[in-house]
Amino acid sequence: MSGRNTRGRDVMGAGLAVLNKLAGAAAIDRLRLRKPAEKAVYQASRTGFRALGAANRAFTAGQQRSSAERPARAQDSGLFDLEPTDEQKLIVAATSEFAAERLRPAAAAADEDCAPPETILERAVTELGLNLVGVPESLGGVGSQRSTITGVLVAQALAHGDMGLAVACLAPAAVANALVLWGNQTQQATYLPAFVGNDVPVAALAVLEPAPLFDPFELRTTARRVPGGYVLDGAKSLVPRAQSAELFVVAAALEGVPALFLVESGTAGIAVQAEPAMGLRAASMARVELAGVTVPSGAILGGAEADAYANCIRLARLGWSALALGTAKAVLDYVIPYVNERHAFGEPLSHRQAVAFMVADMAIEMEGARLVTLRAASRAEQGKSFAREAALAHRLTAEYGMQIGSNGVQLLGGHGYVKDHPVERWYRDLRAIAVMEGVVLV
Amino acid sequence: MSINLDVPKKFAMIVNQAHQVATEVFRPIARKYDRAEHEYPKELDMLAALIDGMNAAGQGSTGARGVRRDSGDKGQGNRNGTNMSGVLSIMQACWGDVAMVLSMPRQGLGNAAIASVAGDEQLARFDRIWAAMAITEPSFGSDSAAVQATAVRDGEDYVLNGEKIFVTAGGRCDAVVVWASLDRSRGRAAIKSFVVEKGTPGMVVERLERKLGIRASDTATIRFTDCRVPAANLLGSPDVEAEQGFTDAMQTFDNTRPLVAGMAVGCARAALDEIADLLEQAGVTIDYDRPAFTQHAAAATYLQMEADWEAGYLLTLAATWMADNNKPNSLEASMAKAKAGRIGVEITLRCVELAGSVGYGEGSLLEKWARDSKILDIFEGTQQIQQLIVARRLLNKSSSQLK
Repeated sequence: MSGRNTRGRDVMGAGLAVLNKLAGAAAIDRLRLRKPAEKAVYQASRTGFRALGAANRAFTAGQQRSSAERPARAQDSGLFDLEPTDEQKLIVAATSEFAAERLRPAAAAADEDCAPPETILERAVTELGLNLVGVPESLGGVGSQRSTITGVLVAQALAHGDMGLAVACLAPAAVANALVLWGNQTQQATYLPAFVGNDVPVAALAVLEPAPLFDPFELRTTARRVPGGYVLDGAKSLVPRAQSAELFVVAAALEGVPALFLVESGTAGIAVQAEPAMGLRAASMARVELAGVTVPSGAILGGAEADAYANCIRLARLGWSALALGTAKAVLDYVIPYVNERHAFGEPLSHRQAVAFMVADMAIEMEGARLVTLRAASRAEQGKSFAREAALAHRLTAEYGMQIGSNGVQLLGGHGYVKDHPVERWYRDLRAIAVMEGVVLV
Repeated sequence: MSINLDVPKKFAMIVNQAHQVATEVFRPIARKYDRAEHEYPKELDMLAALIDGMNAAGQGSTGARGVRRDSGDKGQGNRNGTNMSGVLSIMQACWGDVAMVLSMPRQGLGNAAIASVAGDEQLARFDRIWAAMAITEPSFGSDSAAVQATAVRDGEDYVLNGEKIFVTAGGRCDAVVVWASLDRSRGRAAIKSFVVEKGTPGMVVERLERKLGIRASDTATIRFTDCRVPAANLLGSPDVEAEQGFTDAMQTFDNTRPLVAGMAVGCARAALDEIADLLEQAGVTIDYDRPAFTQHAAAATYLQMEADWEAGYLLTLAATWMADNNKPNSLEASMAKAKAGRIGVEITLRCVELAGSVGYGEGSLLEKWARDSKILDIFEGTQQIQQLIVARRLLNKSSSQLK
């Protein structure tokens, strides 16, 4: 292995390949003995792509305004300030309680099942009102101002409970947010009422594609103009809860320019297949294939605004940054008592600089990334440019979020590697930050 | 009101002044005094007079005022005050040249100590002096409690004996704030600081160091032999109380650490700005929206460096914001110093690498900044001391448990 490790198959290799196939067959036999319900995801993978749409509601435009409703921009206080508003403190307190009491206890099982418990998704709406946070009062939500900061604080608090479940809960809110920010009056009147009710539709913002070095500004999914609408072709990767989704916002290149399209899941040509990954398993992620999917001309979102797509990508990255910060904080909160209570060589682990300095660096990098994320979010909500700040926040949370996840496992040693402790799940989840695009919007 | 991490417009003038000084005074003479180590940059006298004038008019903001938390101002609500404007000025000035900032008359760390701990009578008496800080001795660096220098009360004076090294501006200053022990058997509680004016018999500047960087700043070794200092020059309480005196003295660091962090942030920004220009000339553009890995490797490296820089910058501002709002900030000050100190070194070194021979040669200031930045991860508490402080706080450990 002095360089790239390439060798052809020889006689021994060929024999091993045959043996491996036989062993694999035996494994499948054993699988059949298990309870079928327990492995729903594997069923889905085996059955391949399925069409959606059996249980879809009909989205129809109700009463319509003369123009789209947009939330007001947050005001620039003119002073550097790290103190959240009283309203934000209340929201964070309620969300943190929900994360600690509902998400954290359900996280391990949801990760195992590759599915979020329905009760939690319902309670995120009925107890927490998560669906209302980004929607202004005039459209049935709460608050008159647009607050990216609030979005960041909420995502962070949820991910402290569990990142996978946080993504499952926040996925429909991303679509609602996109409608609020970029929807025209017809799109808002058609779709938003459902999102502010108690029966929130499952929905997802699908940007990521199955390609290495994926660039959201160089999409392979295409939209073609046809009479009366567009035809979409391509594949979207790691779309949360896609198998039960009623509505997608899909990123596709229209004449080479990336744009967002509202796609109802019952539309012909959509197929979905479970796509379980390293982490975020509780979010039931799936591959969505679009083959000749025809949508009406009114399906393009943010068509009038040049920056809509770029801002969508930036706000989504800030959402992932916020999720990373929440999970990173969970790691830190978990390892501090562990290294204090665990003894080695006659004293607590934390009395060793090699251990203590790792903890210090985790906290320093997390706090730095938190401030950079907050700066980007505050600029976004004040209507200032924030491309630079969002990029830097995303870079830091991707880099140091993963480092914190890795060090979390390292500090617990062998115990960090097994499922008795949540740090192995956090390690898997934190790898997602650098990979994901879209999905969450703050 | 609401969370906002942009600096207020009211500081624009102060920041601009510092930027003008950095660009028009410090940068043009930076290389000259890097080569002529130990030669005093005489251009600074004119500048010092200008700054004194601005401070008198209430327009200036420099770091040497230390941090006096205005107990009189208990106004409700958020404040952006002199701690923040001071560090913003320092960042700008160090974007020009770190060594010049360290050489500014009457802006020494000793001045910061006096401003932070001195009584009113002392403040008035030492108002116009340039004071250096003398803590380190040949036998210790980070372990400030290991002070061997002694101070013995004799009538109206203290008699000082000992050797101090690494005294920044020790050759040029008017006075030195010296740390000495009243009773070495009493440990850190007995450590006090004294203002010793130049010309006091028994105080000798023995030599100046030759250094890796910040060469325009003089670093002195000073020996005290039966040096008599008036008792009124002792800063803080003369009593040997359990820990209190030492705590007072150490408190100075809470105030000076964000300033040193700001120096690292300013120096690193200089290197980033320079490399961005050089990369652009080389045809490398930086796109904040495209994934780093789809861009030129140099652009991806730049993005990572700028992200780390932004973290150091905001940690530093956050520490000063807390001081301005009378919140305890020693944890945040150490976090800022740790992050800014290490990114200062990493960024300036990486920029030399990216610029190749252009950056390594003396034709560019990049190689100088890479030498200058290293001290900022060492003085006012090394990287490892900051990690220790942060770790003790997070893990709730004493200095005897987590050594």
